[in-house]
Amino acid sequence: MTAVKLYPPRPDKVYFFGTCLIDLLYPEAGMDAIRLLEREGIEVLFPEDQTCCGQPAYTSGYQLEARAVAAAQLDLFPDPWPIVVPSGSCGGMMRTHYPQLFADTDLEAKAEEVAGRVFELTEFLIHVCHLDLEDRGEPEKVAMHTSCSARREMGLAETGPALLAKLGQVELVEQARAAECCGFGGTFAVRHPEVSAAMVEDKTQAIEASGAKRFVTSDCGCMMNIGGRFEKLNKPIQGEHIASYLWRRTS
Amino acid sequence: MSGQPPGVETYTPREFHRQAHDALGNPQIRANFRKAMDGLMSKRRDSFDDWDLETLRELGANIRLRALARLPDLLEQLEANCEANGIRVHWAEDGEEACRIVREICESHGARSVIKGKSMVSEEMHLNAHLEEAGIEALESDLGEYLVQLNQQTPSHIIMPAIHLNTDEISEILHDKTGTERTRDVDYMTAAARQQLRERFMAADVGVSGVNFAVAETGTLCLVENEGNGRMTTTVPPVHVAVTGIEKVVEQLRDVPPLYALLTRSATGQHVTTYFNMISSPRKEGEHDGPKEVHLVLVDNGRSNIYQDDELLDTLRCIRCGACMNHCPVYTRVGGHTYGTTYPGPIGSILSPHLMGLEETKDLPTASSLCGACGEVCPVKIPIPDLLVRLRKESVGEGRGNVPGAGIKRTRKEVAAWKGFQWLATHPAVWRSGTSVAGKLRALTPARLGPWTDYRTAPKPAGTTLHALVKRHQSSKTHQEER
Repeated sequence: MTAVKLYPPRPDKVYFFGTCLIDLLYPEAGMDAIRLLEREGIEVLFPEDQTCCGQPAYTSGYQLEARAVAAAQLDLFPDPWPIVVPSGSCGGMMRTHYPQLFADTDLEAKAEEVAGRVFELTEFLIHVCHLDLEDRGEPEKVAMHTSCSARREMGLAETGPALLAKLGQVELVEQARAAECCGFGGTFAVRHPEVSAAMVEDKTQAIEASGAKRFVTSDCGCMMNIGGRFEKLNKPIQGEHIASYLWRRTS
Repeated sequence: MSGQPPGVETYTPREFHRQAHDALGNPQIRANFRKAMDGLMSKRRDSFDDWDLETLRELGANIRLRALARLPDLLEQLEANCEANGIRVHWAEDGEEACRIVREICESHGARSVIKGKSMVSEEMHLNAHLEEAGIEALESDLGEYLVQLNQQTPSHIIMPAIHLNTDEISEILHDKTGTERTRDVDYMTAAARQQLRERFMAADVGVSGVNFAVAETGTLCLVENEGNGRMTTTVPPVHVAVTGIEKVVEQLRDVPPLYALLTRSATGQHVTTYFNMISSPRKEGEHDGPKEVHLVLVDNGRSNIYQDDELLDTLRCIRCGACMNHCPVYTRVGGHTYGTTYPGPIGSILSPHLMGLEETKDLPTASSLCGACGEVCPVKIPIPDLLVRLRKESVGEGRGNVPGAGIKRTRKEVAAWKGFQWLATHPAVWRSGTSVAGKLRALTPARLGPWTDYRTAPKPAGTTLHALVKRHQSSKTHQEER
């Protein structure tokens, strides 16, 4: 069972960890997340030397390499500000797996300390910022895909939908087997491409059948996978990072 | 030990990719599994209404942990109490020895015919093939196992062995092998199988069963079943041989009800099963039924090796409910045979490497997207995703080396790739210029990226990285403030 998390009061500053997928492929999602935080009056610190949380190496079994990469990130957040991560998978890596990764090493205490300050973006917006949103967009039916890491590793199945519920014109539609994995799984999609393809095929069918015109997610891995499948099929359904969606509809 | 005994349709974990390809290309298999797993998931969901699931899982996990913490003591206590009850106890280091013990018991009674209740450990040790080689016929009496055996296959699920077959396929098998009429009438087919099996129960010289829980405190063997075939197997023939992995022991009778509740609800969504057998001795003076002899074979087969490792040990908590398979998106797509192992799905992917070595099973720890559904539903809270990662470490030689075949997947090419990743990710300036160049050259991104682009479009680097955007954003803010 996920332990009950106690949330801090709204801070003056936060660190932002952008994730490598956002950095390279979806930088606007990162910027929109930063804008949302700044609009709440929070100063966003972006440590320039951030690269990757180390998860790809970790889940592939290369723990020494993962540890070296993770150790470099541990140094980037010296002050006690919360660390906001716009991804359940990287957030889960930092919160759940950093302490495991550094267990019985010199960095164990530091990893624990940093892990304790990690928040996924939607979690932070709901539980720490108590965000209010004024929807300026057109009425729209939207499906939400919550990543498996956000849902199970971080226990955040509700925070994404809770944010969308604050948008008056948005109808969150139900999809079949919403909790089922989209088949990305990082290197899984590479090592078992056919199984992964079968999974994303079912996911896109479920989203399409839900009547949604768009799907929103807080993980760029899932977005790349599901969105890439829709695009390959020339379907008009587009994916959008929840940060961009929230910002676009409320600015 | 290979995945399957000779003479049976062959699947091997070495061929996971090919078998997955075949299963994915078979619409019948995909439809059968999807339908069955959707049904099982919803049954499980509905069955936990009147219980506080988390509290019960916590209790279940603790009972299993407590038993494992004292496993050697409890096994000795179990042996002593069973013997005191008149049950003869045998120890087998591996599957081969376990087979030999069962065969010798059969031979000492001149047995030619064995009737079996469902037992995964007997599948694991390929008991049927072994007995048949010795001229002893072993017939499965669980309906699903019976069908699978008629069809010369192995079970594709640990609870529902024939879940890969639909009504029409079952009708065809029964017609082909036993001469029943072709029909979609499930009652007719069940009655036909029942009649065929009844005759065999009466004629069998020895009954072989598995064990769900072995109670150390009292020397009691508990058997969970729905069809009554388990009760027939363990009472009708004059000799009963129960076979179990050494991890199935629990400390006391009080531990059984919560585990039983978790097992049946997690497996089939049942609050109780039709039958729950507690076997504590052979037939006593003056009793009218029951076998004259009861034997218990305790099988190690690699389990004490797992037991030595404080992480891998958690694998032994398993109570064989199959919930992890039912909820696994990979298992749902490819089915149980694809894994090529006795135990398929997530639990099989963490258990099989111990039984068969990583050399045989190297694709299994990666055959998961680490979505966590298996760990979420496991009634005894086995951290399956963490153990999959642990085995991935073992297979690339960065674990503790405690699993047979450790390091088998470590290739120079892959090591170089991850070392390269490490170097880039720990040299932020190089990383930044790399991602920035990738963005500038985005037009050159290949439209094809291996198998990824067979099903999806290729991801394209953005023109500008987040690092660059943030820099721009920060300087524009500074300008605004200065103005």
